[in-house]
Amino acid sequence: MASSLRHRDPAAADARRRGNGGASPARRWRALPALVRHLLAAAAAFAAVMLVTSVTGPMTDLRIGSVGYYLLAVAGLQLLIGFSGQISLGHGAFMFIGAYTMALLVLHQPMLPLWLNMLITIAVSCVAGVLVGAATARLHGPYLAGATLTLAVGLPGIATRFPELFGGGNGLSFSTRGAPPALAGIVSDSQWQAGAVWLTTLLALVVLATVSAGRLGRRMRAIRDDEAAAALSGIPVGRTKVIAFVISAGCGGLAGASQAYLLGTATPSSFTVTLSLSLLAALVLGGFGSLWGAFWGALTLVYFDVWGSDLAHGLDLGTDVANNLPVVLYGAVLILIMLIWPQGVHGAVRGLGALLRRR
Amino acid sequence: MRSWKIPMAVAVAAAMLATSCGGAGETDDGQGADLDVSTGVTDDSIVIGTHHPLTGPAAPGYSQISVGAQAVFDYVNDNGGVNGRRIDYRVEDDGYDPTRTVEVTRKLVLEDEIFAMLGGLGTPTHSKVIDFLNDEGVPDLFVSSGALMWNDPGQYPLSYGFQVDYTKEAKIQGQFIAEEFPDARVGYFYQNDDYGSDSREGLGQYLSEQIVAEEPYESGITDIAPQISALQEAEADVVVCACVPNYMALAILESARIGYEPQFVVSSSGSDSTTLIGMLESFAAEAGEEDLPAETLLDGLISTGYLPQVNMEDDPWTQLYTEIHAEYVGDEAPLSNTMIYGMVQATMFAQVAKAVGPDLNRQSLLGALESREWSGPGTVPFASGADDHGGFAGASVTRFRAGEEPEVLQEARVTDSGGGEITGFDLERPAPDEVEFFDGA
Repeated sequence: MASSLRHRDPAAADARRRGNGGASPARRWRALPALVRHLLAAAAAFAAVMLVTSVTGPMTDLRIGSVGYYLLAVAGLQLLIGFSGQISLGHGAFMFIGAYTMALLVLHQPMLPLWLNMLITIAVSCVAGVLVGAATARLHGPYLAGATLTLAVGLPGIATRFPELFGGGNGLSFSTRGAPPALAGIVSDSQWQAGAVWLTTLLALVVLATVSAGRLGRRMRAIRDDEAAAALSGIPVGRTKVIAFVISAGCGGLAGASQAYLLGTATPSSFTVTLSLSLLAALVLGGFGSLWGAFWGALTLVYFDVWGSDLAHGLDLGTDVANNLPVVLYGAVLILIMLIWPQGVHGAVRGLGALLRRR
Repeated sequence: MRSWKIPMAVAVAAAMLATSCGGAGETDDGQGADLDVSTGVTDDSIVIGTHHPLTGPAAPGYSQISVGAQAVFDYVNDNGGVNGRRIDYRVEDDGYDPTRTVEVTRKLVLEDEIFAMLGGLGTPTHSKVIDFLNDEGVPDLFVSSGALMWNDPGQYPLSYGFQVDYTKEAKIQGQFIAEEFPDARVGYFYQNDDYGSDSREGLGQYLSEQIVAEEPYESGITDIAPQISALQEAEADVVVCACVPNYMALAILESARIGYEPQFVVSSSGSDSTTLIGMLESFAAEAGEEDLPAETLLDGLISTGYLPQVNMEDDPWTQLYTEIHAEYVGDEAPLSNTMIYGMVQATMFAQVAKAVGPDLNRQSLLGALESREWSGPGTVPFASGADDHGGFAGASVTRFRAGEEPEVLQEARVTDSGGGEITGFDLERPAPDEVEFFDGA
């Protein structure tokens, strides 16, 4: 998050130009350990989310919450694809695991607190990540993509295979608690839920950013850039790949759990291949290699649909055209962005920042 | 200590601190919402909403329902509206994905502030928002699904069913088959969810001795060759289908392909001939058979129904809907039974709203809905009383004839969702000009 923007920090650039010594705020900021920096940035982001949701209505809160869990899922995918170079077309399957874990916990153990449910979800989806990661660590490129795609296609079938436990094709439906009574009147239920999702997301992002700034992140990038060279340098290739897969699966699971918590439902038909591919498309659109890319991608996933359908209904079109216009627009925008900014939205933002600094 | 263990530990500790209170599950506070409100009603408009699959796998066919409803509302609005108010009908696309259903329903209720939900479509989808609608005090009228859960006035006082439920419909099919084909070996081809299990419940009451094979399909998996072969191997000569239109079309095509010719009997949900013919043609085109005689393939298909049908040219309601279609839909889409389904929903909503009078709020709407036996376009009685929210209570049995009017094999009968009898009934079915569902210019 902050780490990837560190060297692009305009304040720091100003400081460098003015040539004042190590006492500038930007310098001091960069002198902090990565973890502390990330935690402070996350705290600021959380405060911003709470501030925004305190003035918005329940619908906007829901959308902000949706951006939160998509951000988490895409960020996990970013670590896997953008940092360690392993392509996964099956990330929706981990969301599926997370959503069902949360749903079953809320239904069968309603008194367990949310944080414990989230921890259990992390455990369950990390175990799944170990299994899948170990199985796919030896695969490359299209073979890996194919294997993970199988997961996305096949896994939701479990729900219909064991209908007594998983509710079959209709899935599970439950209610989650809003704000605690002590905070009634100060924090609305929808704000509380959006806040809980964002807290989960930001804490996970802190982990991701810290990992990527540390030794493990360096190893992943080394493997991404040249696996043979990385192995020759003594990097444990297989283990690093599996760890990347596990962290990423944990994020996917948490995202699914957050979605289930927010919407009160877990249904197999929500976790189709389309979801996995949407996450990947959002990542490409946002930009590889930085957690900011995941943020732009998540924003697009949620708001493009809203704006697209508003636009489609605003124009006087035939129903068939209007119904399918949002999807077409999304595709067109994706292609355009790839043509204009191959680095995605984040690449464009970075380029803009560089332009501004040069002037 | 590896460098990533520390952040993990910190993150976990922070998360525990932040959310360490109470369970995640909701405990019901048992407060009913205030119904004495007229949210979404102004002096000159009523805003209502619905969620339908306009895109995605369930869109073929079902996307026509809201087209039909909108056409009737346009007709109503052009004829003075309802007690001086225009009906503003908002259709949200959920793609038949329950997650999106939750999102768009919240949008309709919280952002668009709809007065009522009309005909929300689908069992997996609508079951995720029924709690929310009842908690928020939004009347949830005429759910577009035959599941039994909409008819539960104790649990969901604001939800009202519409189409005949799957169990009632299957009982009528079962009795008909037992009487007409007493020696037949019956195969059952069904969607592996409530649709299939609720229907099986009804069929079993009459056909438990005759059923020789039961083959499920999973929604989304379009290869059904194994199931159709299994039905053929079991020598089933009548096959009852609890399926949606595209699986009915697939079953017909697959059985034609392997030279298997059972008598198909299909529930109303999968029986719309217009939709089926369109699907047969498009599936055949995909397989490279351009000149498939789709209509001939459908010829003889037996189905159950409770609404006027497209080809019933003498039916006054079909005549009215044909006129409305010509004026408000035109060439955009052909008139189909699926479209008529939406037209009937819109007609009945307008009927009830008209009956309430100018003083419209949620309480008075539901009061009017429960106050009498509604009769209108439907061919069977409609239940919307205080302790029965079941909607249409029975069905007739018809046979599709290529290029002709459907042949009525058995007049409409009614029954219950339990083990009760199937009986005839008396219904004064009014013509369109006897029903008030708009002010009149």
